[in-house]
Amino acid sequence: MGFVRKYIFSTDHKVIGIQYIVTAIIMAFAGGGLAGLIRLQLSNPDGAIVSPETYLSLVTMHGTIMVFFVVSLGLVSGLGNFLIPLHVGARDMAYPLLNMLSYWTVVPACILMLLSFLAEGGAAAAGWTMYPPLSAVADSVPGSGMGTTLWLLSMALFIVSFTMGSLNFVATILNMRAPGLSMMRLPIVLWTYFISSILGLLSFPALTAAAIMLLFDRHLGTSFFLPAGMVFADHVLPNQGGTPLLFQHLFWFLGHPEVYVLVLPAIGVAFDVVATFTRRPPLGYRTTVYSLLLIAFLSMIVWAHHMFVTGMDPRVGKYFSVATVLITAPFGVLGVNLLLSLWKARMRFTVPMMFALGLISAIGAGGLGGLYLGTQTSDVYFHETYFVVGHFHLMIGTVTLLGTFAALYYWFPKMFGRHMSTALGKIHFWVTYPGMVAIFIMMHYQGLGGMLRRSYDPSVYDYNTPNLVLRLPITVIAFVVLAAQLVFVWNFFKSSIWGEKAPANPWDSASIEWQAASPPPHGNWGEAIPAVHRWPYDYRLPGASEEYLPQTTERA
Amino acid sequence: MSETGAPQAGKHRAGKTPLLLAIAFVALAILVAFGFVVRRWQPLLASDHGAGVDEIISYLLLTTGVVFLVGHFVLGWCVWRFREGNGEANQTTFERPSKRVEWAWAAMPLILFVGVSEFGVVILGAPVWEKIYGDAPKDALHIEVVGKQFEWIVRYPGKDSKFGKVAPEYVNDADNPIGLDEDDADAQDDIVLRGEMHVPQGRPVVVSLRSHDVLHSFAITHFRVKQDLIPGFTSRAQFRTIRSGKFEIACAELCGLGHYKMRGFIHVEPEAQFKTWLDQQVGYFQ
Ligand code: HEM
Ligand SMILES: [Cu+2]
Repeated sequence: MGFVRKYIFSTDHKVIGIQYIVTAIIMAFAGGGLAGLIRLQLSNPDGAIVSPETYLSLVTMHGTIMVFFVVSLGLVSGLGNFLIPLHVGARDMAYPLLNMLSYWTVVPACILMLLSFLAEGGAAAAGWTMYPPLSAVADSVPGSGMGTTLWLLSMALFIVSFTMGSLNFVATILNMRAPGLSMMRLPIVLWTYFISSILGLLSFPALTAAAIMLLFDRHLGTSFFLPAGMVFADHVLPNQGGTPLLFQHLFWFLGHPEVYVLVLPAIGVAFDVVATFTRRPPLGYRTTVYSLLLIAFLSMIVWAHHMFVTGMDPRVGKYFSVATVLITAPFGVLGVNLLLSLWKARMRFTVPMMFALGLISAIGAGGLGGLYLGTQTSDVYFHETYFVVGHFHLMIGTVTLLGTFAALYYWFPKMFGRHMSTALGKIHFWVTYPGMVAIFIMMHYQGLGGMLRRSYDPSVYDYNTPNLVLRLPITVIAFVVLAAQLVFVWNFFKSSIWGEKAPANPWDSASIEWQAASPPPHGNWGEAIPAVHRWPYDYRLPGASEEYLPQTTERA
Repeated sequence: MSETGAPQAGKHRAGKTPLLLAIAFVALAILVAFGFVVRRWQPLLASDHGAGVDEIISYLLLTTGVVFLVGHFVLGWCVWRFREGNGEANQTTFERPSKRVEWAWAAMPLILFVGVSEFGVVILGAPVWEKIYGDAPKDALHIEVVGKQFEWIVRYPGKDSKFGKVAPEYVNDADNPIGLDEDDADAQDDIVLRGEMHVPQGRPVVVSLRSHDVLHSFAITHFRVKQDLIPGFTSRAQFRTIRSGKFEIACAELCGLGHYKMRGFIHVEPEAQFKTWLDQQVGYFQ
């Protein structure tokens, strides 16, 4: 195989997985850099770092890039690609060519998204939620010209790519499992990828439809989202008959499940990392799987909790509130199962384990915050405040990133046959975990103080005065946290070449992927596909000959 | 047990990490919780239903606070207690809990969270929700607020208590910002203000909300009021004030470049003073 086929247009799931991860790291420089600029603007009391139009572009692009091009690409597509075939004992994805195609569809999506900064009027500026009319009417905000067109095209490509990827994940998990590997013997992490892919497949079409309708409204004069009687600069627009609320429904029909698409795999990673380093099976495999299914189901029927104050019928609002807060119940089961999986452990404090423990803490903080927003009456107060910003950063920012880091430190030896530096990993952890929690919890305080998000200068409002005290601490910590990510990036690339050599199963894990060579050759398993005889969590089994029994060990 | 030469896995009795982690989890949790209560973050309460909103927030702070703290104490304790190498705490075998035990551990959070969360939504929340979105009280004062990039335009019906006709064609930012129909008799005495509104203290107020252009959201933080304005729709906010003063109206839904400074004011005055003020206003076409 030539270099190009092997490393660039590769159909090998491991190469593609790493390509996704490296792409996500590159995009994270953009997303993180934008976060830095946002913070600089917000903590510069007098005088502007950027103009208001640039600020809105920064926020919009930061959110979009982080959600879709960092967390989705890195955690879901990247790690999913690398892990799924190895975890099911397959040689590759069900459709390797489609897999390659899905990666090479997302590359132009990334490029278009970044290019939109160069568009006339700047990048899209209507928020990552892209609500019309702001996003539909070019006169309403400068970024709603070419910038938004590029944003929509990029998102369309992203969705096409993500759909191909999810199809592949589902097909691989359903059809490519090694002999003996029943669904109920899958590691929990694979269940989370499975469920998250199905959720993605079910919900993304709504956003696709919304994006296409929005493009039509923008360029072909349709009025899906535009009602009669809109006035811009004393000029009445010709549109008639549409409603902006339709877009919100479509957006959140995707948007809410999407957060579970991101968060569930991170939680799955935590379950498996914790199992290896506690030397015991997680508490409640079955109840965990059922909870995941329940969360997935509920997540599809609660989307309008993002719209409590749009003026919907109060009975509808009440329904969405009742259903939304129900999610805390299966989520609570996950939390308790994860937490009590530490009980009677023999805990080994490796870097991935530290990140997994940090993740447990962050789920607590983030998950409980959701209750304030899902309860309809308190959401009237918290809606569009920094409480929301703090909450979703804890869940889809902190939990997902801690999970991604746990996974990368953990599976790195499988990817490259080498270890990442423990010392650098610990520095990374001790800045990232407390730092991110501190930043986003302080945003909760600001939100409790009523400070509104997407605001170029919150000091315009007198009532914000007490909230402004926290501006500088948040920014300072944010920059320390951002800098610590450079330590990670350095560690990642340096160790992939010079890291200490790792054996095939450095963590003494019972899970099947560690039975492959490190890094696994093309086709993963050499001569024969492994046969699976047990689930992946047989540690310290009473009466067993070994401290742990790999999944390939035959039953006595 | 195999002690491989891997740098991380090799040192199972790894020094200070468990203690540091345990302290970090517990300390962080206490700090986080403390931060919520160290001061009263919400601005002064100035509306009747707002007390209900604040009560629910307090209820959630209390319940989630307890869960959060207990969870982190358990986390910290487990990390310290079950570190490898901690003598008898680490057994060489692990007995899996029975199915029953696992279901019991699932049932507990299920019941706890359904109970805590639905109590907030249904028992505490529903009556407050009813105040926010229920039928308007008979004696309510009706006001219209129109959002446009980037200001609030306020209209009172005037002496005839009837709002005159408006139409987008008449909108003219310089001298007819709300688009009043000059030929409509009801419109003659309508009172139009920019960025300011007055309400009598203690009387229920119903605000009809319309947008001329993009989404906005009518937010008065002191009142715990937030209601989106959707072009093509008329939405409604209602409240009863409980103290006099001048409060800020903010826009809470991104509406463009000036979103951050789409500020208005609401003056809450004793009934008599409000009457005097209202009487001094002249109709738009008078
Ligand atoms: C240290 C890291 C980060 C910092 C300091 C940061 C900071 C911020 C701030 C201050 C805002 C709100 C700006 C405003 O409303 O005016 C924001 C918005 C947002 N951030 Fe982050 N962020 C970080 C990481 C992340 C990550 C990892 C994600 C991944 C999902 C993320 C997703 C978002 C989203 C979706 C928005 C909303 C954008 C919008 O309002 O349209 N952020 N970020
Ligand atoms: Cu606005």
